[in-house]
Amino acid sequence: MITLTLDGRTVSVEEGDTLLDAATALGIDVPTICWAKHLTPVNACRMCVVELEGARTLVASCARRAEAGMVVHTNTERVRTSRKVVLELLASSVDLSTAPKLAAWIEAYGADVDRFGPKAEPTSDRDARQTGDHHAPDGATAATVAQPAKVDNGLFVRDYAKCVTCYKCVEACGTDAQNTFAIAIAGRGFDARVSVEFNAPLPDSACVYCGNCIAVCPTGALMALSEYDLRKAGDWHEDRQTTTETICPYCGVGCTLALVVQDNRIVRVDSPEDSSVTRGNLCIKGRFGTTFVHEHGAKAPADAPSR
Amino acid sequence: MDLRPIRTAPTPDEVEAVASALGALPAEGPSSTSEAASQRHLLLPALHALQRRVGWISEGGLGEICRRLSIPPAEAYGVATFYALFATTPRPPTVVHVCDDLTCRTRGAERLCDELTARHGPAGQARDGAVWLRSPCLGLCEQAPAALLQVAGSSPVERAWGDATVASVGEALTQRRAPATRRSPIGPTDGLSLLARVGKVDPTDLDAYLAVGGYAALRRAIDLGPDAVIRELTASRLMGRGGAAFPTGRKWAAVASQPAQPHWLVCNADESEPGTFKDRVLLEEDPFAIVEAMTIAGLTTGCERGILYLRGEYPLAHERTGSAIEQARAHGFLGDDVLGGGRFELEIRRGAGAYICGEETALFNSIEGRRGEPRSKPPFPVEVGLFGKPTLVNNVETLANVPRIVLEGGAAFAAIGTAGSTGTRLFCLSGCVERPGVYEVPFGTTLRALLDRAGGVAGGRPLQTILLGGAAGTFVGPAELDVPLTFEDTRKIGATLGSGVVLVFDDTIELLPMLQRIASFFRDESCGQCVPCRVGTVRQEELLARLARGSPNGSWTSERAMYRELSQCLRDASICGLGQTASSAIESAIARFPNVVPEGA
Ligand SMILES: Cc1cc2nc3c(=O)[nH]c(=O)nc-3n(C[C@H](O)[C@H](O)[C@H](O)COP(=O)(O)O)c2cc1C
Ligand code: SF4
Ligand code: SF4
Ligand code: SF4
Ligand code: FES
Ligand code: FES
Repeated sequence: MITLTLDGRTVSVEEGDTLLDAATALGIDVPTICWAKHLTPVNACRMCVVELEGARTLVASCARRAEAGMVVHTNTERVRTSRKVVLELLASSVDLSTAPKLAAWIEAYGADVDRFGPKAEPTSDRDARQTGDHHAPDGATAATVAQPAKVDNGLFVRDYAKCVTCYKCVEACGTDAQNTFAIAIAGRGFDARVSVEFNAPLPDSACVYCGNCIAVCPTGALMALSEYDLRKAGDWHEDRQTTTETICPYCGVGCTLALVVQDNRIVRVDSPEDSSVTRGNLCIKGRFGTTFVHEHGAKAPADAPSR
Repeated sequence: MDLRPIRTAPTPDEVEAVASALGALPAEGPSSTSEAASQRHLLLPALHALQRRVGWISEGGLGEICRRLSIPPAEAYGVATFYALFATTPRPPTVVHVCDDLTCRTRGAERLCDELTARHGPAGQARDGAVWLRSPCLGLCEQAPAALLQVAGSSPVERAWGDATVASVGEALTQRRAPATRRSPIGPTDGLSLLARVGKVDPTDLDAYLAVGGYAALRRAIDLGPDAVIRELTASRLMGRGGAAFPTGRKWAAVASQPAQPHWLVCNADESEPGTFKDRVLLEEDPFAIVEAMTIAGLTTGCERGILYLRGEYPLAHERTGSAIEQARAHGFLGDDVLGGGRFELEIRRGAGAYICGEETALFNSIEGRRGEPRSKPPFPVEVGLFGKPTLVNNVETLANVPRIVLEGGAAFAAIGTAGSTGTRLFCLSGCVERPGVYEVPFGTTLRALLDRAGGVAGGRPLQTILLGGAAGTFVGPAELDVPLTFEDTRKIGATLGSGVVLVFDDTIELLPMLQRIASFFRDESCGQCVPCRVGTVRQEELLARLARGSPNGSWTSERAMYRELSQCLRDASICGLGQTASSAIESAIARFPNVVPEGA
């Protein structure tokens, strides 16, 4: 065991545990965006930073291993400023309208999301920029990642105007869950984006439509078409939804499904992150095999190439 | 791993280019996942081969690499699009990169670009199989303005030159020819050591190097043995010259003592900090010394293999170091048993236009065939570095000090300079200075004395400011010229020596466009991994655009408050040094030149 001090309290954690684990053990809430229980930490969002005595900069609690004798503060002025600016930077560049957790933090940290000026008009060239080059800004508006949603298959939508580049989908598609490697981060800097090779449409990629990327996306950038269509039509009503757990009927693995039902229709399928069978992951049948019955009839599987 | 291949077929040229980079690997690709993992590091050389042969990386070409190396196409695309020197859309075979960075701007780069636009069309617009592009600092600042010609094909051309004009760039675009690279002017050396051979000893001939005492240090190091070498190094109190000023002896000792095997050695020759060209001069003019120093480092710290990670824009350094390595190998100074001291092999890997790949952990990812995104530290490279193994990373100039320490002893070295900053330091003087070039001075020399040695401000004009340490450094004013150039004294005035940049601006230079160029640089060079830097560098550039327009968001008071918080977040919450220093020069300008940001509302 390793003993350290966090916000003035002593806590003991296992060797290899992170500062975030230590905070959780004490019931201290540290906000995270790019961290997820079953994914390798990428420590990219910097929302979880904390102050470690003796360190020159703040440290990402999700990735920093606890060491004996560390003295850590999770909620100092310095910490709050960085978190606030991170939220301001995200909110000024990304559409967070389907990211309720972030909206709550923006409120809690008093983030001024308009301080960089009005948002710039969406652009159509985000997938085609030459690395190391960009148009000089005029400063009148704040650049964003806005671009048209990619609706190129019958099962799910990639609306990268809502993407905070948290790497979670890439990890879920890769070694952390699916081992399919259909998507990766392309480009550099502000032009970094989740992409298939040469921005090909998803049906031309290695994607197997497991939807495990959807499950981990913190902002709704990745969304089942069923949910996307309902939201677009103004028919998405969380107050009328219930969640029921059941076992997937399609094969013998017996994955736990969490069916989100609205007005007697299954509008979204997840699997609980803490399920010992799935750790939140499903395959195309479990994730989409019940919703498309309602939404798209037999159309969806034909659209989604099987291999 | 069951990969879905790219269906577009490669052209015969592309197949051949990839084959040339992959050498004897089986044509059908790796037979297992572990074999694929062990070959992934060939991705970057293979991408270079395509770019050099065809001028861009097509779907067919990338598909061929993915098939041969069993790399998921999306990942390979993510790597190819990470680098500015690679194009993933069609690009003509002839490209001229024209530097429009800080120093070149003081020497008419903007006018040059305007004239090129008038004569050859705007940057990025292809004409008659050729295109010119704007480039960040090409590391030829003492010869500003600088340009780099690249011609793709079966006999590719790569050449950088200085004193670029519309005529020489035009000739490069149309005739695919560039002037011979001029030898860099070197300041007087006063018997100091780092530049002793520069300009005096033929850098292409091992015998010439041997004739002036070359490789005596390696022999001595082998006689002394690793422990004694590390003792001397520690006694010398040599600090890394790559920017972070970490004690070199401690680093070597840490790597040498790691039980995990193998150990890797990396010489960081990615020099891309705007205004920096000292490593280039050493690599071009004294390549055997770097090879010898790397060999000492390898044998001392138990590394059987070393990699020289060389900036992609340095063709002459590539030629010279490549030839030096070959000659050293032929003479038994590299290979299975180097002078009875053990095995050491050395190879060169080239970057491809990414400042961030100079950050040591980004550099590892780059070599490993991944995106050049910095890793989180700890663990530190001495424990978990290249390929997950203990790794010694040193800057070129740091290594260049080693032979002398081995020969003369650590105490003699420590006697030079000051107590906190031992030895001599290379400074890159450029901009509005009478005799730009690399100068070697003992630590503790004042900035004023250094400037005087270079002949002072060009034309005797009044000094406005000096950018010390590079784009990641700080502006200092005329009142600060008496600062002794040491790690400790510059820290006292809130400045840094960084990579040794001393970029001089006279009273005629408009400062704001320079700050905008710095902001633009960081916006382009951010790897994009973390939010503070990815978005913060964009917001910083937008703020400077508003300063240039003279119209704030809200008031200048609220803009000041915004920038204070933004720069605090960049410094505190960015993953790596790039984001942590992205606002440092601009903040220092605002602090020292109150008229940069208008007062009050
Ligand atoms: C953005 C960034 C760029 C860097 N570029 C270089 C470089 O071009 N050359 C270099 O030697 N070190 C560079 N460094 C520093 C390296 O990470 C590392 O500290 C250095 O190579 C260690 O060598 P030293 O101990 O000999 O200085 C860079 C660091 C950062 C954060
Ligand atoms: S649905 Fe599955 S395979 Fe397709 S991109 Fe998402 S994670 Fe990858
Ligand atoms: S699409 Fe979602 S999961 Fe993927 S990087 Fe963007 S925000 Fe993260
Ligand atoms: S600070 Fe910038 S360059 Fe460094 S990891 Fe973050 S985004 Fe990348
Ligand atoms: S949650 Fe730790 S950096 Fe994103
Ligand atoms: S070569 Fe142009 S600024 Fe360095």
